[in-house]
Amino acid sequence: MLSTFLAVLRRDLLLAWRGRADVLVTLAFFVIVVCLFPFGVGAEPNQLRAIAPGVLWVAALLACLLSLHRLFAQDYADGTLEQLLLSREPAAVWVMAKVLAFWLSTGLPVIAVAPAMALLLDLEQGGLSVLVLSLTLGTPILTLLGAVGAALTLGLRGGGMLLALLVLPLFVPVLIFGAGAVEAEVSGSGALAHLLLLGGGLAGAVALAPWACAAALRISTE
Amino acid sequence: MTTSERSRSVLRFASPQYFYPLAGKLAPWFAALAVVLTLAGLWLGFFVAPTDATQGEVYRVIFIHVPAAWMSMFIYLVMAFWSAVGLVMNTRLSFVMSQALAPTGAIFCFLALWTGALWGKPTWGAYWVWDARLTSQLLLLFLYFGFIALTRAIEDPRRADRAGAIIALVGAVNVPIIYFSVNWWNTLHQGASVSLTKAPSMAATMLAGMLVMAIAAWMYTIAVVLWRVRPMILERERHTEWVGTVLEKELQAVAANKGGRA
Repeated sequence: MLSTFLAVLRRDLLLAWRGRADVLVTLAFFVIVVCLFPFGVGAEPNQLRAIAPGVLWVAALLACLLSLHRLFAQDYADGTLEQLLLSREPAAVWVMAKVLAFWLSTGLPVIAVAPAMALLLDLEQGGLSVLVLSLTLGTPILTLLGAVGAALTLGLRGGGMLLALLVLPLFVPVLIFGAGAVEAEVSGSGALAHLLLLGGGLAGAVALAPWACAAALRISTE
Repeated sequence: MTTSERSRSVLRFASPQYFYPLAGKLAPWFAALAVVLTLAGLWLGFFVAPTDATQGEVYRVIFIHVPAAWMSMFIYLVMAFWSAVGLVMNTRLSFVMSQALAPTGAIFCFLALWTGALWGKPTWGAYWVWDARLTSQLLLLFLYFGFIALTRAIEDPRRADRAGAIIALVGAVNVPIIYFSVNWWNTLHQGASVSLTKAPSMAATMLAGMLVMAIAAWMYTIAVVLWRVRPMILERERHTEWVGTVLEKELQAVAANKGGRA
């Protein structure tokens, strides 16, 4: 079981590495969205500081959403997905491996540049570590929930918009606790409660989402 | 179970063939009940119930608002229930039921938001505040939209059924989480909201009017869903023999009606 997990993980990471341009596009999207906000709301430092946690989190959430359709599309098109479903290995295992590889190749780069973007918005230094921590706990939940949506909309016309409609309402709690954690830290009330809730959400998502995702993939490839 | 036993069992109505005529027979009764109860409820609400001491006449919107809000939440649960039954027992009718429920749920959800906005303007001074209840109701509307859009976007009915069932269940698991998170977010932000729970206790006639309207909403939902289920069944089972005979019979009835009038 572990060997399946590692084999799928290795393969997907290798594929992601060979198609690095996609990852860079996601990253560029994140950076540009964050940079749009000062143009929209004005460059007043106090105002930017106040909206920084929300802006960074929404931008990360959108970057995650827009890359989600790539999660299974390639494997669906070339038949790999069907072969994986036919194999004897439990589907939840390799689904988890694919989600992890996807998060490592899209979520992690976004988290890596997030502190730099936070400096652009003049977020307080103390908030940076909590921002990184909340994104590290929160973006995997987004990817796991999004994977279910991506599996359900596989191969549909207008799948991208539909995927957004399906998963965005489900992303709201993550956004609330993620952005809330940074805000709570900056305002001095401590981010522990938010981070614990995010961690709990992540544990729940890891436990449930791969199964739902595997069931969705079965339905979509029938 | 022998064949005769099965044909007498209530479970036979899980088969579209038996449910189709039953739905046709029951729907008008529920519709009639809905009309009677709505008239009674509105009469109670608009003419019998006293004017509220603090809010004046504006409060009367609750006779539509509260039943609509209750119904929108309850219908999502019923939808998730039928989805689960469909996935576990592999019954076609369950999926049809959950898809027939979705538009009604969405309409009630929208109605609750709309009447809430109309009530909010004179009471809170704004059509919309980011109150926990309002926000979770809005997210529920988005969940309905997602379910409807997904089931309509997939052409193969088998895949549409199952995909819709999964998203309904995922949504049902998330609804309490969304409600909790939005509540948490709201209490931290201290929005300019007024708590309804702190309002003084209601007059008995107000409560009665609201309950009658709530039951009317139930009856309306049942009637509409039964009506919506019938053409859906015919469309899905159009290749079977029994649909052929049903359609032929209805055609003959229409022809006889025309002949009688001429």
